[in-house]
Amino acid sequence: MELSGGEIVIQCLKDEGVEHVFGYPGGAVLHIYDAIFRQDDVQHILVRHEQAATHAADGYARSTGKPGVALVTSGPGATNAVTGIATAYMDSIPMVVLTGQVPSPFIGSDAFQEVDTVGITRPCVKHNFLVKDVREIAETIKKAFYIATSGRPGPVVVDIPKDITDPNIKVPYAYPKKIKMRSYNPVVKGHLGQIKRAVELMLSAERPVFYTGGGVVTGDGSKYLADVVRELGYPITQTLMGLGAYPSSDRQFIGMLGMHGTYEANMAMHDTDLLIAVGARFDDRVTGHIAHFCPNATIIHIDIDPSSISKNVRVDVPIVGPVKQVLKDMHKVIKESGRKPDAGALKRWWAQIDEWRRMKCLSYDTKSKLIKPQFAVETLHKVTGGDAFIASDVGQHQMFAAQFYGFDKPRRWVNSGGLGTMGFGLPAGMGIQMANPGADVAVVTGEGSIQMCIQELATCKQYDLPLKIILLNNGYLGMVRQWQEFFYDGRYAHSYVDALPDFVKLAESYGHVGMRVDNPAELEDRMREAFAMKDRLVFLDVVIDPTENVYPMIEAGKGHHEMQLSPQSELV
Amino acid sequence: MRHIISILMENESGALSRVAGLFSARGYNIESLTVAPTEDVSLSRMTLVTRGDEAIIEQITKQLNKLVEVVKLLDLSEGPHIEREMMLVKLKAERTHREEVKRMADIFRGKIIDVTDTSYIIELTGDADKLDAFIKAVHEDLVVEVVRTGPSGIARGAKGLSI
Repeated sequence: MELSGGEIVIQCLKDEGVEHVFGYPGGAVLHIYDAIFRQDDVQHILVRHEQAATHAADGYARSTGKPGVALVTSGPGATNAVTGIATAYMDSIPMVVLTGQVPSPFIGSDAFQEVDTVGITRPCVKHNFLVKDVREIAETIKKAFYIATSGRPGPVVVDIPKDITDPNIKVPYAYPKKIKMRSYNPVVKGHLGQIKRAVELMLSAERPVFYTGGGVVTGDGSKYLADVVRELGYPITQTLMGLGAYPSSDRQFIGMLGMHGTYEANMAMHDTDLLIAVGARFDDRVTGHIAHFCPNATIIHIDIDPSSISKNVRVDVPIVGPVKQVLKDMHKVIKESGRKPDAGALKRWWAQIDEWRRMKCLSYDTKSKLIKPQFAVETLHKVTGGDAFIASDVGQHQMFAAQFYGFDKPRRWVNSGGLGTMGFGLPAGMGIQMANPGADVAVVTGEGSIQMCIQELATCKQYDLPLKIILLNNGYLGMVRQWQEFFYDGRYAHSYVDALPDFVKLAESYGHVGMRVDNPAELEDRMREAFAMKDRLVFLDVVIDPTENVYPMIEAGKGHHEMQLSPQSELV
Repeated sequence: MRHIISILMENESGALSRVAGLFSARGYNIESLTVAPTEDVSLSRMTLVTRGDEAIIEQITKQLNKLVEVVKLLDLSEGPHIEREMMLVKLKAERTHREEVKRMADIFRGKIIDVTDTSYIIELTGDADKLDAFIKAVHEDLVVEVVRTGPSGIARGAKGLSI
């Protein structure tokens, strides 16, 4: 089969099993778009800004586990995509981004819409390629998908100069079935000796805690994690990225940890004698001050990326391998040992944790006449039966969603944890909805974040994506305001969002349904009404208490035991 | 501590910038770096000298290994190894100093590879200390220009770093 470069790009996507591509056309990718036009297998979704193309591909990947694909043009197309690429990189999301480039002979001449895409994206991709010959396209795209999805996943950029996709130059095409790279060999199995060493420590611990992260979600390790955690009966805390990997409604789950984690989770971290970290990377928002981090603990760390081990915190027993397989082996080793954890010690440990739980650290004022953001998220949980996909933006609403939604399944909670990208929620929601037609997808956002990619309401209209946008509108950049209240004596420098649009009218002008609610008593009915409209996007402008803060909070630079609690928290 | 790391990597455009970029992005320092293709032209061999405590060096080697184009890597400082660096040094060699400069080159087993009425260029090979010592030994007013390659290194013994 002889194909042109543009046709090869699309044929590769077909052969890779790609069904959806999020993109935006432009000069350097016109040949590729022409090839898209002449086929029906790969559906292209036209976004309204390249940042959204990458976020949508990202949301698609997070909710399915399949790589997301974006296609953008050279120059500004590529630079606009960078935020989305960096977002995916920080959270280890498999993604392939195809970028157009000026024709090869023009590279380096400061041509129209030329940037050094490979150079600009180098620090925020797992790998990137510049294709130099039409005969290399197929192998390069195969490599891109292989690298993006194997080992610790991540985004891969393939930069394709326009002349390489010339419709007049046809070459034989064959998509490689398998690819082998001598310089890239991700670990496929954890060391059994290390697993045994870990199990030995686990069985003799007195105050053990599982601390699990996004790696369990991306590595599809949920089932095996539950097997091990339930077998041992130990408490488990999850990071922002890990939520849902282990069911939040389970008694052994003691809440999220870190800066806005629960009292019981953070206190358990401080007092534990054995930390079992799984697919988590000891991020500064999780550890607090490193010097105060788990001062009495031996640390086991399971991770697919060797460079994650002992990067921020010294680890005693590292196990490098896919979490799924390591946890499976671990469960087997525990079973075969015939041993059980020390029942007495475990009972004492749980008694201590239950004592901490009595603090009720997530309490808030339930009698307020204003809608509390916590209440809004709890209502969202109730209305959706706790089973919706939640795409979040970044800020206070993100933390409230993480604390109060109660995720019971992996891949239901989609947020930009590492990079903290405002504007992520709406386009990520589009990707999720595209991959999961018929499912309830809610975008929990703030009036700051939503305006960073608001133009995507048009994309939602064009492709009939019935998202439910839950805007927790407090008129402030809430998290910035909170820090200014706590650490800058209430000098609210530029955190007040003046001149907000009428979101109801805005939604309507895009052809959607807009609703506004400011009375707690009406919130549930409005939400039910919104979710009942199965085929419409509903933009629910929820006017919330402008002064609410996220608690508990560990100030940057403090330890897990130095939490600031909400005024409503008390031992009950 | 000073570490000398040998890297075998794909001889592809951009590979060098990935290594350099990694060091600047993560705040590691590069003391020197030399790179050239090997007998197998699809591979480049890089020798990199860096400094850091044990934890930093561990991260550096892990992060380097994570680069898709890096095939193999060895921290030469972990075992017996040989380091060599070459220096080209242009010295003033006028009447009164000609003899002295030539004698110094002989002592250090350097070669004079260019001669004019007023200057010599000396080629000198050795470990970094030896080259430093030579520079110190000649009068500083005589030094016109110094060009050093940075060390390249190889592990002692029969085993080689290859794929």
